[in-house]
Amino acid sequence: MTNQKSNGAGFSRMNRRQLLQGSAALGAAAAAGGVALPARAEDKVKLTVWAWTPRTQEMADLYMKKNPNVDVVVENVGQGAPHYVKLRNAITAGTGLPDVALIEFNSIPSFRALNALADLSPNLPAGFGDQYMDWTWAAVSDGSKVFGLPWNSGPMALLYHADVLDRHGIAVPETWDDFAEQAKKLAKAAPGTYLANFGVDPGWTAAVLWQAGWRPFRTNGTEIEIRINDDIAKNWANYWQALIDAKAVDTKPAWTTEWFAALDDGTYASWVTAAWAPILMEQAMKKSFGKWRAAPMPQWQKGGKVASNWGGTVFSAFTTTPNLKAATDFAAFMSADPQAARFWLTEVFLFPVLTELVDDKVLMGHKYDFYGGQPVNEVFAEALTQVDPSFEFAPFQDYVNLQIEDHFAQAIAGRGTLADAFDRIQDAVVAYAGDQGYTVK
Amino acid sequence: MTRSLAGHRPRVIIGKKIAPYVLLLPFVLVFVAFLIVPMIYAFNLSLHKTALVGGTRFVGFDNYARAFVDPNFWSGVWLLVRFGLIQMPIMLSLALAFALILDSGLVYARGLFRIAFFLPYAVPAVIATLMWGYLYGPAYGPIAQIAAFLSLPKPDFFSENAILGSIANITIWEYTGYNMIIYFAALQAIPTDLEEASKMDGASAFTYAVRVKLPMIVPMIIVTIMFSIIGTLQLFSEPYLITNLARSVINSHFTPNYYAYTLAFTAQQYNYSAAISFVLGAVVAVFSYAFMLASNRGAR
Repeated sequence: MTNQKSNGAGFSRMNRRQLLQGSAALGAAAAAGGVALPARAEDKVKLTVWAWTPRTQEMADLYMKKNPNVDVVVENVGQGAPHYVKLRNAITAGTGLPDVALIEFNSIPSFRALNALADLSPNLPAGFGDQYMDWTWAAVSDGSKVFGLPWNSGPMALLYHADVLDRHGIAVPETWDDFAEQAKKLAKAAPGTYLANFGVDPGWTAAVLWQAGWRPFRTNGTEIEIRINDDIAKNWANYWQALIDAKAVDTKPAWTTEWFAALDDGTYASWVTAAWAPILMEQAMKKSFGKWRAAPMPQWQKGGKVASNWGGTVFSAFTTTPNLKAATDFAAFMSADPQAARFWLTEVFLFPVLTELVDDKVLMGHKYDFYGGQPVNEVFAEALTQVDPSFEFAPFQDYVNLQIEDHFAQAIAGRGTLADAFDRIQDAVVAYAGDQGYTVK
Repeated sequence: MTRSLAGHRPRVIIGKKIAPYVLLLPFVLVFVAFLIVPMIYAFNLSLHKTALVGGTRFVGFDNYARAFVDPNFWSGVWLLVRFGLIQMPIMLSLALAFALILDSGLVYARGLFRIAFFLPYAVPAVIATLMWGYLYGPAYGPIAQIAAFLSLPKPDFFSENAILGSIANITIWEYTGYNMIIYFAALQAIPTDLEEASKMDGASAFTYAVRVKLPMIVPMIIVTIMFSIIGTLQLFSEPYLITNLARSVINSHFTPNYYAYTLAFTAQQYNYSAAISFVLGAVVAVFSYAFMLASNRGAR
């Protein structure tokens, strides 16, 4: 894997050369022997795809079986920041981009701002977008233009460690007020055990604030409204600040080996997270397999029905690809082939974006061993319909995320509060947007 | 040898004149291609500004003016000054002590010790940092486990007060052996008759080491201090690699190089990042020059 990573471009170029040489030799032999060969081999299209998701090559192989004239190579160049840094460097350099890459919903505006994403609509049948959940299609399209095809989504729920909650008599919280109350109760009943960890995580922060009604950005061409430190954000900050101050939640860095281990051994009894979380949790899991359950996301209003989305990915093609038609076709297959989508949901916890599948009772009733046989898709499917599509990410989301990380970290270290952090993030982002030529309103 | 062959003389002279340049050529080519050209390219970058809206334009020294008053940059420099004041004396005195002990001939299996001390330097910084990151682990790291076993409070290596020490410890572990080898080589070059002479004058081994050997390797000590100053101000890999473990104390402008990295690759401010890099180069030059001046004055 590392070999393929470091030799990415060279590797694929060689494949192509070998292929051409091979077919030339075959052609010569054919001419000599007078055997007619299918012309297909010489027209073979080569697609390079960057994706970090597990077992993506298997799906590409499936596509190649159905389309023998296309040769798809999936390369894993890293997950999260490394993936985007490499993409951006290739865009800046003007060379070395793959034909197709997986990007998250929140990165679409950033790559569009660099004019890097190709419009796929000319090669898509009319009405192609009708099969997707509304907000996912809204996120990838702009008028008649389409900048990516949704593959999976991240509807959110409260994942909890049933054993730990039972042992300490903690009720599954329905509202955020319940959540705070139970967090304090658990921290008191079992010191060193927490209902949640408030790790500094900008992706998660945006997702849970999305549920609360936070709408930090409105971009219209080169004009941008920035409302990072509005009342919704401040209330949210005060809510978590109170829990941190009361030591009712832990504040260790997220995504470390230690953090995964803490989720596994019950140190952290719950995680408000997305449908894809188990695929990552499973990798480090020893004790808690089968003990997790999912409940709807805690609500800000009692009886409310608002959920959120965290992550989820789309397949986008780049303006540099010489094979836009094939790239679009491949993205359409990955995105909308129902048989494949079924497999990815039941095997790899990638939640679908196709209305047909979300409405499929059998599929949504699938029982997972990870969840002790709970048919959790019902919870996530409901959440997916409760996501407000009006949320916009910034056209420079990575910079925003960096500021969230820096300033939240300060607050957690005890220098200022989370509410102060939002003010500082607002100032930094406004200055940055102005510096990047945007008209800030 | 060729001087007697009069007929060949002119060619030999030309050959002699050209030979050094021919021999230097491979170095010069690589030097130009991988240092001079990128520096010119970066300098050119630093004079422009590329924005998401509006494209690229020439801005002269605007990026430099901004860097000179950027608190994020100077807080990183200040942090490294404090870091260097802790790390360099410890590392270099350890290296010196080890070198003197090995050189004194008091130790059996000297070669083995020499290699053992030098070995951490051969471990790539990335591996070393990941290894120490594991050892420092607050809940499941071996040090925390031992502390828990002994019912002692678990040490927090990633707290605000401890982080500089934790990173300094990694770099001391990595580079003490390297500096020790430099000192050791210098000590080995001291003629043995000096030792005999000092013994005849009644000096103990300790007096000999401190009063005779040490002064003789002062030039080497100055060189290693210089290397350490330069290395310290460029600190990047160690804090970068433990960021995920210590997110609350390591921010995106923890050291100047770290700042340049995030400016370029996360904030997409390649131009400003280039300017920051040149200003850092200037800071390194100033510190090195100041140290040279100070040590020259001290020697006089």
